[in-house]
Amino acid sequence: MAYDKFTILKSTAVPLPTENVDTDQIIPARFLKATEREGFGDNLFRDWRYDVEGNPKKDFVLNNPTYSGKILVAGKNFGSGSSREHAVWALYDYGFRCVVSSFFADIFKNNCLNIGVLPVTISAAFAETLFAAIAANPNTELEVNLLQQTITLLATGASESFDINEYKKDNMQHGFDDIDYLINMSAEIEGFEASR
Amino acid sequence: MEKNTLFDKIWDAHVVKSVPAGPDVFFIDKHFIHEVTSPVAFLNLEKRGIGVKYPHRTIATPDHNVPTVDQDQTIKDKLSRMQVEKLRENCAKYGIELHDLGSAHHGIVHVIGPELGITQPGMTIVCGDSHTSTHGAFGAIAFGIGTSEVEMVLATQCIMQSKAKKMRISVEGTLGKGVTSKDIILYIISKISAAGATGYFVEYAGSAIQSLSMEARMTICNMSIEMGARGGLIAPDETTFAYLKGKQYAPKGADWEKSVAYWKTLKTDDGAIFDKELVFEAADIEPMITYGTNPGMGIKVSGTIPSTQGMEGSNKTSYLKSLDYMGFAPGEAVKGKLVDYVFVGSCTNGRIEDIRAVAEFVKGHQKAENITAWIVPGSREVEKMAHEEGLVKILEDAGFELRQPGCSACLAMNDDKIPAGKYAVSTSNRNFEGRQGPGARTMLASPLTVAAVAITGRITDPREVFGK
Repeated sequence: MAYDKFTILKSTAVPLPTENVDTDQIIPARFLKATEREGFGDNLFRDWRYDVEGNPKKDFVLNNPTYSGKILVAGKNFGSGSSREHAVWALYDYGFRCVVSSFFADIFKNNCLNIGVLPVTISAAFAETLFAAIAANPNTELEVNLLQQTITLLATGASESFDINEYKKDNMQHGFDDIDYLINMSAEIEGFEASR
Repeated sequence: MEKNTLFDKIWDAHVVKSVPAGPDVFFIDKHFIHEVTSPVAFLNLEKRGIGVKYPHRTIATPDHNVPTVDQDQTIKDKLSRMQVEKLRENCAKYGIELHDLGSAHHGIVHVIGPELGITQPGMTIVCGDSHTSTHGAFGAIAFGIGTSEVEMVLATQCIMQSKAKKMRISVEGTLGKGVTSKDIILYIISKISAAGATGYFVEYAGSAIQSLSMEARMTICNMSIEMGARGGLIAPDETTFAYLKGKQYAPKGADWEKSVAYWKTLKTDDGAIFDKELVFEAADIEPMITYGTNPGMGIKVSGTIPSTQGMEGSNKTSYLKSLDYMGFAPGEAVKGKLVDYVFVGSCTNGRIEDIRAVAEFVKGHQKAENITAWIVPGSREVEKMAHEEGLVKILEDAGFELRQPGCSACLAMNDDKIPAGKYAVSTSNRNFEGRQGPGARTMLASPLTVAAVAITGRITDPREVFGK
């Protein structure tokens, strides 16, 4: 199931500096009851975004029209907790194509890479630079360049490089997923299974 | 000779191929599925026009969203019902073994796997659930995966992941009275934080770990993910073999002897190198409880909530946001605070030993007036034993409400929700905001501490009740 190709993304960003944002916050368990991958964006950050009556909470960043964009700049240890891929589906469905943080939880990061949302790990200092720049000017643009493996604050040229393994980088660029790869090596897997 | 860790030995034996500058193609021996994280994986298989490659390597049970009352009736909640029906449909279509609601071995996926003897040393085990790390207690590599990976396993029996770094956490010495394996893991997480093991696979070792029963070991491995670890495991030993012997899916006869001989080789070689090593003393551990909104925010029951000294920026803001949600202030003691609910259950502490511990503690006493007490067995088998051993009678006499097996109030996908603003002391694994219901305030603790809270109605050190 190919996904969107990712090469260079230039966009404004939404800041969420809160630390330890777990996947129960990204999408609460009670919204995991679908049998298809549709409509999860509506419930992204549900309990931070809406009150119990369903009215938008004014102080939450997604309800602040000042901030928008395809990049979420998040606090440390983003995506901890439950392995629910629904968390990434919700971010994707809402419109995010890239999540930036100084620290990601493992399973969340894998899930991102598996559906074509690019997780970009930066230093804590650069995260502070980005939060400050976005706060000073919400229209500030970031460029995430997968080919060069760089993230740049366009207004100042401040930039940092990020890691991604060659295999995943190639997948993201071409929109390939792991199953395509695995199915192509069926014979090897069958041989391995038979030896178990 | 090369010195290897237990993790290396199992991982390396399951690598079909290492992709240059990429992940390993990693073979999975056993795959557990449930109703919530599998439907989209099956749907995608259909879209691709492919089937399930090795159906006998996958085992299914509905656990996350199921009601814990009237399980013999049609599920009332439409969306939950549809997910469970979808699981039945998919299992029937592809020939996957299903332990359905009401069947003898229905239960939480991480409780029934070990109970049936499906989980064995040396295996690789995955499930679309982060608490899959539970199975590591048997000396298996077990971890949670996303739905894309569930699809990969169904389609090819492999996933593509890079090998994690290795950490060994040793706990040495003897545990004090009233201190349980839940306290050990809450203590470790409080010391290294909810992200302290991210990027690592943890081996638990040391005399205090070796002295634990299988069930107590499962509680520790279960919460590995709560410090960010990919998973956790414990080398198999005589305790492991004794637990597995005679279990339905455990090897029998000559196969058993052969398996045990292999399992005995599954240990870290002397001199093997870990990327990180930590050592804790069992004697330093006391009954623990969490006060915040991630499992790293834990203190001893008799302790005080840390002050904000030394915190700044988003670290301090996040900390205060968390305490505000809980209705607590920095520097406060937690002991003596009033509680509304207690929950005994989940893949962390919903096994028979946990229910025995609670029953023994509350026997002949009454829960406090202000407490609603739920006890949810991890499986039908646990429920059956609890009845046979007379534990249900003891608990019901004490005012506990026994419900039917499922994940229940651990993640509140069904009707078992803690109301907004109420305090619940739970044997489960996560105290995240809204985890047990929107606005619910969760404090994690051991079954003994939860039993003590049920009796006194307040945060209580179990060692201070009835001289226990």
